[in-house]
Amino acid sequence: MSLIQEKLKEVIESNEVILFMKGSPDFPQCGFSGRTAQILEACEVPFASVDVLADSAVRDGIKEYSNWPTVPQLYVRGEFVGGCDIMTEMYESGDLLKVLKPESN
Amino acid sequence: MNTHSAITKKLQALRPDYLDVVNESYMHNVPEGSESHFKVTVVSGEFEGKMLLARHRMVNQCLSEELSGTVHALAIHTMTPDEWFDKSGQSNDSPLCLGGEKS
Repeated sequence: MSLIQEKLKEVIESNEVILFMKGSPDFPQCGFSGRTAQILEACEVPFASVDVLADSAVRDGIKEYSNWPTVPQLYVRGEFVGGCDIMTEMYESGDLLKVLKPESN
Repeated sequence: MNTHSAITKKLQALRPDYLDVVNESYMHNVPEGSESHFKVTVVSGEFEGKMLLARHRMVNQCLSEELSGTVHALAIHTMTPDEWFDKSGQSNDSPLCLGGEKS
């Protein structure tokens, strides 16, 4: 595993909920990223975020990590959940809350 | 072949009952006539019994060439024929651009 992949694994596994996005939750640089941050805020869960625009190695590396070609990407307890469309559908169906807060079900 | 046609052609591999490919690049901060942002709605029996993540991976895989090239945003909506019927033939709107992409 390359150094960047090892670093990504470490940061993903050390944060219960982590969103890789363009920009930050307060200043998203892309509508898809902005929507995913809003969804997590609506779920009222604390989450870490990584701005992939700040580092092209992270931007490329995260796509390889999950074998997923686009950003944003959500990881919960080390598992890749999906991008914006998956999060939106899971939020609407209530499945996202079950993933984010399994103890409350 | 333009990107819109290439996407339409490649998604035939999923044997769609309904397929809609929309170039949404005009909604974004890219030059006029760009083919960078797309939304696809795919209705197919091939999605039966598969989780969303698996369905989206099937679509991404069909379009891996485009996604590693000019297409950098792809909104994906996947439904089985029954789900499509339940949703009355609607897929969610894509979010508005926030201006971060220049390319």
